[in-house]
Amino acid sequence: MALVLTEEQSMLRDSARGLISDKAPVSHLRSLRDSRDPAGFSKELWHSFAEMGFAGLLVPEEFGGSGLGFMEAGIVMEEIGRTLMPSPFLATSVVAASALNRGGNAAQKSEYLPKVSNGSLLATLAIDEGAKHRPLQTSLQAVRAGNGFKLSGAKALVVDGHVADLFIIAARTAGAAGEREGLTLFLVNPKAKGVSIERTIMVDAHNAARIELANVEVNADSVLGEVDQGAALLDGVLDIGRGAVAAEMVGLSEEVFNRTVEYLKNRKQFGKLIGEFQALQHRAAELYVDIEITRAATMKALQALDTDVAKAASSVAVAKARAGTTATRAVQEGVQMHGGMGMTDQFDIGFFMKRARVCEELFGDASYHTEQLARARGY
Amino acid sequence: MSETEDVDLEQFRNETRAWLESNCPPEMRKPATSDADVFWGGRNTKFASEPQRIWFERMRDKGWTVPDWPKEYGGGGLSAAEHKVLRAEMGRIGARPPLSSFGIWMLGPALLKYGNEAQKKEHLPKIAAGLIRWCQGYSEPNAGSDLASLQTRAESDGDDFVITGSKIWTSYANYADWIFCLVRTDSAAKKHDGISFILFDMNSKGVTTKPILLISGYSPFCETFFDGVRVPKSHVVGTVNRGWDVAKYLLQHERAMISGMGERGVGRPLGQIAADSVGSDAQGKLDDSMLRGRIASFDVDEAALAACAERAVDLAKAGQAHPAFSSAMKYYGTELNKRRYEILMSAGGVDALEWESERSRQGARPRAWLRTKANSIEGGTTEVMLGIVAKRILDLPGA
Repeated sequence: MALVLTEEQSMLRDSARGLISDKAPVSHLRSLRDSRDPAGFSKELWHSFAEMGFAGLLVPEEFGGSGLGFMEAGIVMEEIGRTLMPSPFLATSVVAASALNRGGNAAQKSEYLPKVSNGSLLATLAIDEGAKHRPLQTSLQAVRAGNGFKLSGAKALVVDGHVADLFIIAARTAGAAGEREGLTLFLVNPKAKGVSIERTIMVDAHNAARIELANVEVNADSVLGEVDQGAALLDGVLDIGRGAVAAEMVGLSEEVFNRTVEYLKNRKQFGKLIGEFQALQHRAAELYVDIEITRAATMKALQALDTDVAKAASSVAVAKARAGTTATRAVQEGVQMHGGMGMTDQFDIGFFMKRARVCEELFGDASYHTEQLARARGY
Repeated sequence: MSETEDVDLEQFRNETRAWLESNCPPEMRKPATSDADVFWGGRNTKFASEPQRIWFERMRDKGWTVPDWPKEYGGGGLSAAEHKVLRAEMGRIGARPPLSSFGIWMLGPALLKYGNEAQKKEHLPKIAAGLIRWCQGYSEPNAGSDLASLQTRAESDGDDFVITGSKIWTSYANYADWIFCLVRTDSAAKKHDGISFILFDMNSKGVTTKPILLISGYSPFCETFFDGVRVPKSHVVGTVNRGWDVAKYLLQHERAMISGMGERGVGRPLGQIAADSVGSDAQGKLDDSMLRGRIASFDVDEAALAACAERAVDLAKAGQAHPAFSSAMKYYGTELNKRRYEILMSAGGVDALEWESERSRQGARPRAWLRTKANSIEGGTTEVMLGIVAKRILDLPGA
C-alpha cells in the first residue's frame, strides 16, 4: 500500500473539508465557548455528519455504517484538526465504535452500532484515573454481585462525558493496579443509579467530564469482551484512538503552520517582510520538515491499524509521540512568530495551542509513547 | 490498482523472495562493516570476498544493480511497484546493495533525463555492470555553498573544450575512472547561465588528484586539478551553458542518497548496542536513564523519517512530489545520522575513544563518528537545504 491518498480517499477528504470549513471554522468553536453551550458541540452538524456517513464511518455496513478503515477515519480527524471543530466523532465514531465492533457480542453490536451510525447514540470510553494516561494503573473496582457487578471508582478526562448516552468503562475485576490481568470493559448507562457526572470546562473548550461511580449495578450482559481479559481489547481500542488523535494533530499543526507562514509573508518590520529574515526562514523550514515527517509517520500508523490492529503498536507509538512534539513546536512557533497578536484571545492561534495541549495528553503523551517504544525494543 | 495487477505483484513478490533466498549469500545479508567491504566497481576494482563477487554478479545478470532502469541500458526494467517490492524483500533479509556507485545514484538519473541516445548507450550499461567508477566534479575552493560561482574554465577549441581549473571535495577521485564535471563555458553570462555539464576520462592528460586528509584520519575526498584537459564537445550532457539544469536535477538525487545514509532500520537496535557497554538494570532498562531517553527519542524520529522516505517515493510515483523535497529529506536525514553517532559515542564511552587497535577495528567507531560530521555539509549544507525549503517550498520572500 502506498503512503498517498487514493482517489476515493481524496474525495472523502474534500467532502469532509468542504463541510467542516464551511460550517465549523474556528469561529464555531469560539461561539460555543463564549455562549457556554450546554452540549459543547453542534447537534445540527452532528446530524450532517451522520447523513454523510461519517458518524458510522468505521461501522460495518451490516450495522448501517460506511465500513471504511482507519486511514479514512484519520482523514476526517485531520480536517477536524484544521478548524478545531468540537465533535463527537473521536469519542463516539472512532473509539467507542471500535470498542463495540471489536469487543461486542452479536446482541451488543446490533443494539448499539446502528445508533452510532445514524448519529442517535453518543458513547465514550472512560479510561484515565490519575493525572497521566496509565491504562494498566486502572483501579476502578468491579466486584461480582449476584448475576452482575457493582462498580465503584472515578474517571477523569472522559471526552463528551456529560452528553454521552453510553459509557464504556475500564474497570478492575481482578489483580492489582499495574497488572495486565484483571481488566474488564463495561457498558454503563450514564443515567444509572450511583453515577455522578461533572462537566469539566477545559483549557481547549472541548468536552470532557469527571465521572464517579458509587456501587453502580450492572448485569452480566454489560461486559464488553471477556471478564479479566480486557487488556488486549483495550490496547487495540486505545491504539485506534491514538492514531486518530495523531491525525487530528497533523491537521492542527499544518493549519497553524500555514497561518504562520502567511503571516510571515504579510507582516512588515524594519521596512521588510519578516519572512525575509533568515532567522525565521530556517525555523519555518525546520517546522515544515517536522510536520511532513510526522504526517508520514501518522499515515504509516493508520495503515498499520488497517492491516492488523494487534500489530500496530510500535507504529502508533511513533506517530503519537511525533505528533505530540510536532504540534507542540508548531503552536509555540505559531504564537512566537505572530508576536503580540499571537497572545490575544481575539486571534485564533491561541485556540490551536490550547487544543494541542489537550491532544498531547489524550491517550498518552510523547514521553509515554517514547517509553513504550523503548520497552518494545528491549532496552 | 486493479486486481490482476495485485495478483501479478504478489506473484512477483513470491518469485523475488524465493530468488533472493537462494541467491543472496549469507555474508551479504548484514551491513558492510567498513568501506573496504563495499563494492564500488571500476576498471581497477577487486572484490573483497568471494560472496561479494557472487552476489554482485548474480544481481548484475538480472539487471538488479539498477532495477528500475530500462533493460536496454543494462537495468532490470522493473515498474515502480515492482522496485518497491524488491527493496522490501531485500530489506526483509538484510541484503546489502550489490554495487555502490555515484554512477547509479547521481549520473545515471541525470543521463536518463538529459543525455542523448549515444551517451546513454555508451555510459549506462557500464555503470550497471560496475565497469566504470565515476566521481563528481562540483565544488571548488571558492564555490562551496555558492556552487554556481564556480570558475573552472572550458574554452572552445574546434571540436573540443580545453578545461583548466580545480575541484575540491571530489569523493574518491583517486579511484575514479571518469568524472562528471561542472565547467564554465561562458564567463560573460550570469553565473547560472554559463555552466556546462561535461563527462571525461580521469586518465586524460592534465588530470591530477590529491587526497585530503580528514579529521577521521581517512581521505575519502580529493583535490582534483585540470591543466588544459582536452575533451570532445560531444561529451557535454544537455545543452552547452544549460548545465545548471542538469546539475540541479542531479543534486536532487544526490540529496536523496545522502539522506538515506546511515544504517536505518537494520542491525541491532541502538538501545541494545548501548546496553553492551552501559549495562542494564534489573528490569532490563538501560542503566543510564538520560541516554535511554535520547536513544528512544532518536528511535521515534528514525522510524518516522523512514515512513517519510517511503512516502516520498510513493509521492514521486504518483506524480505528487515537490521537486525540492529531497532537500528537506537531506537536511533531516543527515542531522539524524549525526545524532546517531553522538549517541554511539556516548554509549561506547572510553571504548569508543581508541583510534589504533585491533580491538577497536582501527578506531572504526570514532572515525565513523567524525565522518558523519560531513553529512550536513556535503551535497549542500543544512543551512542551504533550509534556504531551499524556505524559498522553493514555502515561497518565503527574498529567500
